[in-house]
Amino acid sequence: MSRARPILGPGFNRLFAKGWLGAGYLFLYVPICALVVYSFNASPLPSVWGGASLRWYHELAHDRELLAGLWLSLKIAFYTAWGSVVLGTLAAFTLVKYRRFLGRTLFSGMVNAPLVMPEVIVGLSLLLMMVSAQRWLGFPERGLVTIWLGHLLIGLSYATVVVQARLQDLNPELEEAATDLGARPHQVFLLVTLPMIVPSLLSAWLLAFTLSLDDVVLSAFLSGPGATTLPLVIFSRARLGMRPDINAAATIIIAIVSAGVVAGSVLIARNERRRAAEMAAAQRA
Amino acid sequence: MSRPLVASLFERLRSFPVHRHGRAAVIGIPYAWLLVFFLLPFLIILKISVSEMETVRFKDLLELKDGLVTLTINVGHYVSIFQDDLYVRTYVASLKYAAVTTAWCLFIGYPFAYFMARAKAAHQPALLMLVMLPFWTSFLLRVYAWKGLLMEGGWVARILVALGVDHLLVKADLVPALGKFMNTPFSLVIGMVYTYLPFMVLPLYATLVKMDLRLLEAAADLGATPWVGFWKITVPLSKAGIIAGSMLVFIPCIGEFVIPELLGGPRTLMIGRVLWDEFFSNNDWPMASSVAAVVILLIIVPLTIFNRYQAEATEARR
Repeated sequence: MSRARPILGPGFNRLFAKGWLGAGYLFLYVPICALVVYSFNASPLPSVWGGASLRWYHELAHDRELLAGLWLSLKIAFYTAWGSVVLGTLAAFTLVKYRRFLGRTLFSGMVNAPLVMPEVIVGLSLLLMMVSAQRWLGFPERGLVTIWLGHLLIGLSYATVVVQARLQDLNPELEEAATDLGARPHQVFLLVTLPMIVPSLLSAWLLAFTLSLDDVVLSAFLSGPGATTLPLVIFSRARLGMRPDINAAATIIIAIVSAGVVAGSVLIARNERRRAAEMAAAQRA
Repeated sequence: MSRPLVASLFERLRSFPVHRHGRAAVIGIPYAWLLVFFLLPFLIILKISVSEMETVRFKDLLELKDGLVTLTINVGHYVSIFQDDLYVRTYVASLKYAAVTTAWCLFIGYPFAYFMARAKAAHQPALLMLVMLPFWTSFLLRVYAWKGLLMEGGWVARILVALGVDHLLVKADLVPALGKFMNTPFSLVIGMVYTYLPFMVLPLYATLVKMDLRLLEAAADLGATPWVGFWKITVPLSKAGIIAGSMLVFIPCIGEFVIPELLGGPRTLMIGRVLWDEFFSNNDWPMASSVAAVVILLIIVPLTIFNRYQAEATEARR
């Protein structure tokens, strides 16, 4: 018997727990459901139900500005995801494997700070640096590259947290065994460590991708003329009021992201099961 | 340089193990990246915040004039921030809304995480996934959705009116009139709590699920009531999660821009908006930098606490 005794007495406590969880999930999901339902509303007013319609989806397909923003956002998110995974893995490896080096506290502080740093601060400071760099060196031009650099800073931090958690759970004996058998450090990493952290790399990739696809503030500071990302388009319209075409765009984005996340987690779960089976087989042998 | 010295240096270099280079690269690449793209920009902000604005661009601090290097430091922006009532009030309001949001997230999130961590082990992955899923779907769109829910005639607004909640809110001076929820302190806090709740729940869940439940049994055997056990064992053991979660909510809330912009109103001016306007509308870069520097000053203590607990939480697991 390892379950704790309930706090408020058995029956009431369980009901209370379920009620609290249910209300919490309702709070988290009502706005998402509302967006999806509104997107099929023929009436442009969210308070009036004008019957089901695909009208807003049709309008979306001809919305040049929105489609251009979507394409730019997807490109930036793609580059951000790759950059974040590479840098994040290096940073996570540094934090987990190298316990002592000069300025370790500063390093871990700089990795963690972007997780909480208000985005207006990060955006302003990066922009002012880019402007100074442009003055001295003549580059970079504000646009895709500068937005990417900003997103990479946030993506790097999140990727590090995800990969770090995984690296810490690894059994160090496996890497030690490989070293004892004569593998060079890079071989240990590529042949032993990397295959074991692949699921976390996939999560980190997806997380960095969605963070980048969603970012408003950094993009607003770092974008240049002609480089308007999808969230910037949506934000400038949302400021003016409710726009039914945004609901349609939202529904499509939610569908794509949910599909990606579900596919990703199925892949991760399958990978884990296979690895567990292989481990068990190896131990029996 | 004598021959033997060169030879010994060369020998040193040759025997330098390759993996030490590898180590230097692994540490060096992200380190250098963060120094250039995270630390350096802050130093530039500090520099620009004390420079003077010329017509279109700010002056350099160091100038070569008549063969003399002159250093001009202008603290005027900082003085005006602390003398101007608008700035001081906005900073106070930002801290207030961040604190209120953190308190609500803790109040809703602690029991939530607790019940999640004590749910059947088989259900936990699904419960966790359901908390993380909104986090993956666009935050901008989820905040925007509240506009439709809270505007006059929106679903949530109708339910709140039917329940008579608006009477309470008017009494508490959180909304200006009955049935009007949008662009008020109320809608702002709803949006912020909604957005940041998962950031509170996830670290709390992580600490609560690791807890050794035998401690509670031991306490019960020694005669502690469940309530006493909860307050004397569970809460202290989840301290790291409480602090990490609170900081994850409090710090970004101070500088929040998108949520006040979409859900806030004339009464909810926050510092993110002021900074934005100084930069984008007034084009006053030194002033925007000074505003940012004061925000950094405000968050430096919570940030240090967060870093310590984050490092502890991620490294204590070994």
